[in-house]
Amino acid sequence: MGTAMGTVMGPAMGAAIEVSHLTKRFGSRTAVEDVSFTVQRGEIFGFLGPNGAGKSTTVRVLGGLLRPTSGTAAVAGVPVVADGGDQVRQRIAVMPETPGLYLKLSVAENLDYFARLYGVPDRAARIDRALTAVGLAKRAGDQCGTLSKGLRQRTALARTLLNDPQVMFLDEPTSGLDPAAAHEVLTLISGLRDRGVTVFITTHRLDEAERVCDRVAILNTTLRTIGPPEELRRTMFSRSLTVVTAAALPDPEAVFKDLPSVTSWRQAQSAQPTQQDAGQRNTGRAAYTLTVTDPAQAAPAVTRALVAADADVLQIAEERASLEDVYLQLVAGEEKEARQ
Amino acid sequence: MNPSRVGAVVRKEFAEFRRNRFVVMTASILPVVFLIGPTAQILAIKATTDSTAFDRRVDYSLFLPMLVSVFVPAMLAAWSVVGERDQGTLEPVLTTPVRRAELVAGKALAIFLPALVISYLIYGVFFAITQLFAVAPAAAAVRHAPQFYAALVFIPLLSAWAIWAGMAISTRANDTRVAYQLSILSSLPPVAIAALLSFNVITVDFTSAALFAAALLVIDCAACFGVSRLFDRERLVLGTRST
Repeated sequence: MGTAMGTVMGPAMGAAIEVSHLTKRFGSRTAVEDVSFTVQRGEIFGFLGPNGAGKSTTVRVLGGLLRPTSGTAAVAGVPVVADGGDQVRQRIAVMPETPGLYLKLSVAENLDYFARLYGVPDRAARIDRALTAVGLAKRAGDQCGTLSKGLRQRTALARTLLNDPQVMFLDEPTSGLDPAAAHEVLTLISGLRDRGVTVFITTHRLDEAERVCDRVAILNTTLRTIGPPEELRRTMFSRSLTVVTAAALPDPEAVFKDLPSVTSWRQAQSAQPTQQDAGQRNTGRAAYTLTVTDPAQAAPAVTRALVAADADVLQIAEERASLEDVYLQLVAGEEKEARQ
Repeated sequence: MNPSRVGAVVRKEFAEFRRNRFVVMTASILPVVFLIGPTAQILAIKATTDSTAFDRRVDYSLFLPMLVSVFVPAMLAAWSVVGERDQGTLEPVLTTPVRRAELVAGKALAIFLPALVISYLIYGVFFAITQLFAVAPAAAAVRHAPQFYAALVFIPLLSAWAIWAGMAISTRANDTRVAYQLSILSSLPPVAIAALLSFNVITVDFTSAALFAAALLVIDCAACFGVSRLFDRERLVLGTRST
């Protein structure tokens, strides 16, 4: 790292995390290569990628555990230096993938140990507040080894709240949790935004990232894309409407051409009958996919055109590409190529 | 160095030791075994025991309890890093502002203090029993044996060596059992020298014993520095250096 430890970086004052050309190699293996990005204060930032993509390595570098092979990083305005970044570590909290609790100690004892390491004042009150925030105030005396996986994860989350961090790194925070427990953890993370905490989440659960993250980055050793989930969907996939009619239109071209915002259309191969329809009638249902520039403008026009054409409309719906589609296009495709 | 952070580490280690069955067993059974044997040897001495057997029993009895000051800390030190890495607690600790010297000092103190207490306690109990119940010549032999007083000096030095060696191995090991075995092995060289001195294989006077103790102290200080360097965050997280 080129900048002296402890010097607050001028250009990074507005950013919670600033990473520039970060590369980390383990011998001949490159875990992260030439990654650059900035996370603004108060943002929930998702770091997505397949296993081995370099997500945890990036967190470890930003948490001051690993030295970057090249490139620089600053967290909370302080340059990150492995094994010397006390200033950075005082301002951040890291929750690794495994909760990392002392199973023979109680919840309160675990938190007390970390509160002492952080040197937080008024430890008892701070621990109580952290446990209340994660809904574990009544379990303070329980031995961590007796807790369920979800409760351990919540205890680890409480631990990250102890030092009132400016930046929080959560590595796969819902890994191994059942849907209910994962939901609780995600709700807690969403609540952190209101406290002004910058949250950096690594995950490969795309639905979660889409739900809580303001922006996401997709990493597979190198950074593939970055932006708000909605923007990624919009820029990478054309938007479309799906139209299902009770019978095939005699002249679909005449119906769909020249409609506002509709750029093209195609007939889907088949339309599956709904459960409601099953057994009632064997219709010649037809489905059409319309590529549109603005679904809000196109949908009413399409509806009017279909009614004018005397078509029985069963469904008009916007087809939304998910973050998963974005991810698969960026990551899964190249992995498939690599395997071939 | 921040004393309150060192204190936090010591406090946490003590709390864990108390609730770890393996640690409790190691710290209680081993000392009892090393107390019963030597004490029985001294109590078995009769007024009629010939002088060669008499001397051998006294030498053996005074040396054996010293092993506690090596084996107990060696086993605890072996667990100190690799054990934490195994249970996933090392990484969260390393993300806090704790400095490597504070972590090393806290972990070493948490092993050193009980090791010292247990070792001196054994010698104290051994001394008391032999003085109360052994035949007069045997009690006098224990009371006047230079090895007895030398042991009191060598206990902290040997304990410290065992701790540094064990912790150094623990920072590099990926398997707890391997760490235990290597840690015990690495504790043996100074013990072997102490044994040679105790059994008069190497005859020494006060000056050379003091020099040996001073050398061990220097080695302990150097080892402390070396282990502190091994507590590099990257090395601790990965078990090795990345490049």
